Amino acid sequence: MKVIVGKDLLYVNAGQAVENRVLFDNNKVAAINLISSPGSGKTALLEKTAELLKGKLKLGVVVGDLYTTRDAERIERAGMTVVQINTEGVCHLTADMVARALRELLLSQLDLLFIENVGNLVCPVSFDLGENAKVALLSVVEGNDKPAKYPGIFREAVATVISKVDLLPHTDFDLPACLAEIQQINGEQQVFVTSARSGQGLSQWCAWLEQLAAGKAGGNHTADNC
Amino acid sequence: MHELSLIQALIEMVVKSAMENNIKKVSKVQLVVGESHGVLPDALGLAFEILTQGTVCAGAVLTIEKSTLLLKCRECAQEFCPEGYLYRCPNCGAVNAALIKGRELYVDYYEGD
Repeated sequence: MKVIVGKDLLYVNAGQAVENRVLFDNNKVAAINLISSPGSGKTALLEKTAELLKGKLKLGVVVGDLYTTRDAERIERAGMTVVQINTEGVCHLTADMVARALRELLLSQLDLLFIENVGNLVCPVSFDLGENAKVALLSVVEGNDKPAKYPGIFREAVATVISKVDLLPHTDFDLPACLAEIQQINGEQQVFVTSARSGQGLSQWCAWLEQLAAGKAGGNHTADNC
Repeated sequence: MHELSLIQALIEMVVKSAMENNIKKVSKVQLVVGESHGVLPDALGLAFEILTQGTVCAGAVLTIEKSTLLLKCRECAQEFCPEGYLYRCPNCGAVNAALIKGRELYVDYYEGD
C-alpha cells in the first residue's frame, strides 16, 4: 500500500514560528535573528548596541548556546533583559526553544528583541524562528571567502554586519572583494562595516535598528527576507 | 545534528500516519529534499537507519529525491538554474532573483503493508 503524505518536515517548526511572529506583531516588537560563526562578535556587538541605544529603545535578548550562561551574563551587565537557552548540543535554535524563552520576557515592554542564534553559519538558516529579519555577522578574522562558502545565510539576511574591522591591518581580509561578493549574492541587503572596539559603523547600524523598530511600532509588516 | 532532527520529524510523521492507516510494516519512504537546504543524503540515511529501530519503519528503504534550484529574476522574469553559489540572472545580470523551487523538504509518500 502506498500512502501519499506531502507534509513538510519542518512543519512543526513552521507552525511555532507563525505563533512567535504573531506574538512579536501583537507586542510591536521587532525581532532579529542574529546568525554567525562562533566567535565573530555577536555578544560584543550587542553590548555596544545596548550602550548606544540606551534611552532610545528597550532591548531584549534571547541567547542560544550549546552550554554555559557566559554570554547571557555579559548581556545582562550591559543592561539588557536576557534569557539564556542552552541547546545541550543542538546546532541551531528552533522556533519552539524561542517560544519557551519568550514566556520569560515581558515582550510588551520591549521595542527590539535580538535572538542570538548558536554560532553556526549553516543549520540556523533552515529554522524560521518567527523573526522579522535575519542579520548575518562576519568578522574579518574569518576571511573574506565566507559569503561564497556559506551563501545561504547571506542570501537570507536582510543585513550583514562585518565586525572587528579594527583588526584589518593584521589580516589578509580583502574588504572590497568581500563587499562585492556579498552584493553579488544578495544585492538588496544592507551592509555595515563595524568595530565594536573602535565604534566604527555602529551609529549607522543603530540608526538602521531604530528604523526597523519604528516600522514595527507603526504597524508595518514583517520585512520580506526570502 | 541537523539531519538527526529532520529524520526524527520524518519518522514521527510516518509512524503516526501508518498507525492511522493500519500499516504494520513500512518498506519504503520517499523524501523530497530541495537543494537549498544543503543536507547530506548520507547523513539522512544514517540517521534514518538508527532512529527507525524499534518502529514500524525499521528496515525500510529511504529514497531521496533531490529537487534542484530554480530561480526567477525579479527584473526580467527569466527563470534559470543557478551555476555555483551566485544567483545572477543569465539574461540581464541582476542579482535579486527569487527562489521558486529547491526549498522543499517533505515526505512524498511511503509504502507498507
